[in-house]
Amino acid sequence: MRIIFLYCDGREQSIDAPAGATLMQAAVAAGVEGILAECGGSAMCATCHVYLDAPFAHLVPPVNAVEHEMLESTASERRPTSRLSCQVTLTPELDGLRVALPHTQV
Amino acid sequence: MLEAPRGAPATSDIDPFSDAYLGDPYPFHQQLRDAGPVVWLAQWQVFAVARAAPVKAVLGDWETFCSGAGVGLANFKVETPWRTPSLLLETDPPDHTRNRAVIGRALSPASLRGLKSSFESAAEELVAALPDGADFDAVPLLAEAFPLKVFADAVGVPAEGRRHLLAYGNMVFNAMGPRNERFERAMAHAAQVVPWIERACQRDVLTPSGLGAQIYAAADEGAVSAREAALIVRSFLSAGVDTTAAGIANALYCFARNPDQWARVRADPALARAAFEEVLRFESPFQAFFRTTTREVELEGTVLPAEAKVLVLIGAANRDPRQWEDPDRFDVKRKTLGHVGFGFGIHGCVGQMIARMEVEAVLAALARRFERIALAGPPTALIHNTLRSFVRLPLRLGS
Repeated sequence: MRIIFLYCDGREQSIDAPAGATLMQAAVAAGVEGILAECGGSAMCATCHVYLDAPFAHLVPPVNAVEHEMLESTASERRPTSRLSCQVTLTPELDGLRVALPHTQV
Repeated sequence: MLEAPRGAPATSDIDPFSDAYLGDPYPFHQQLRDAGPVVWLAQWQVFAVARAAPVKAVLGDWETFCSGAGVGLANFKVETPWRTPSLLLETDPPDHTRNRAVIGRALSPASLRGLKSSFESAAEELVAALPDGADFDAVPLLAEAFPLKVFADAVGVPAEGRRHLLAYGNMVFNAMGPRNERFERAMAHAAQVVPWIERACQRDVLTPSGLGAQIYAAADEGAVSAREAALIVRSFLSAGVDTTAAGIANALYCFARNPDQWARVRADPALARAAFEEVLRFESPFQAFFRTTTREVELEGTVLPAEAKVLVLIGAANRDPRQWEDPDRFDVKRKTLGHVGFGFGIHGCVGQMIARMEVEAVLAALARRFERIALAGPPTALIHNTLRSFVRLPLRLGS
């Protein structure tokens, strides 16, 4: 499946991602810049923050209490479409998902 | 040897709680990884996973591989735990999610930013007091002293009696293995240690601005009860001191054995943070814990029945050549993303960001002052049911 990352400078990067992986894992594996994911996917560091494109936002399970607390800690502003990419598991419906990256993660 | 259960491709008579194993686990890890993705340990009647892929599969599926039946050898459904179970480590969702959000807020990056400069100055002070060119034991003077100062200050526990935190951690993590001599030795001082810990979890004892007080503030808002707040504070005290001390000691050991790697950190102290990730991979302070199956499940071709205990060997996964190139080489510039030294998934170490901040501060302060870290004698390994570290680490530092 395809995922398109949008950088703050306007660049786009399209990656081929496996369903079942998390968005963070797929991004890191494909060398997307600006996803640090220091904690490795345990919703503990808030350094894999992304903004999901609005039309896709309802296709992923809602933010739980743990992720909510971490999203309060992000270095770039939290928006309604903010997610920790380590908490978003890729499912076939997300094929074509567009993901905007924040200015900074730390 | 007992019969292997149905669908188990490999059995082993390796005892992961023997002195030989705990003193040098790496040859045993290799045997367990090579035996298969899932191995039946006949002596303890448990499964073990030692390869990176099944370790991650187990940690990623909390519904099938639960923590609520205990993360040690004992199954809490049939055996009485030695203490009230942890509301984090030994609890499953949905309760876990709620409790984790409360402690996660206290330990979040935003919350920790306010502690950074005090950690750095404490590290600077401690390192300045170390002898230059003379032998000393780095375990009490550095590895234990630092978290006993900064972490206990951050939580807000009394200064007097803090050594009990080391003793309590030793009890908690040895209790995850069998009820062996190690466990009995760790429990020998329980009569003094447990009441001190229970007292230190109470609101009136904690400093008003510390992390502990923040848990009680969450209780005031109705997120948890006051009794639950005390148990969540207990998690800070169980898991936050001897683990970090082990991490610092293991880092010093790695650098004493690999002076070329210390030279890289010395040349660029900003590498300290990344270097600690490699320490976590290479000499994981926390070596293993258990999960319990909630249903029959197939894992890489092996069928595990419900109610089976699964030993998750994170220390072995971190050196699995199926994931890591040249895994037995310590390399501070390695890409370490994907190590499981802090676990992974919903039960990944909740204190990992404060632990990173602590060890980074210590290594950066050492890098600014000392050019050389050398062993001044043979270290004495800690023989422990869960942790891997040292009881004595004689070092000589040179500026």
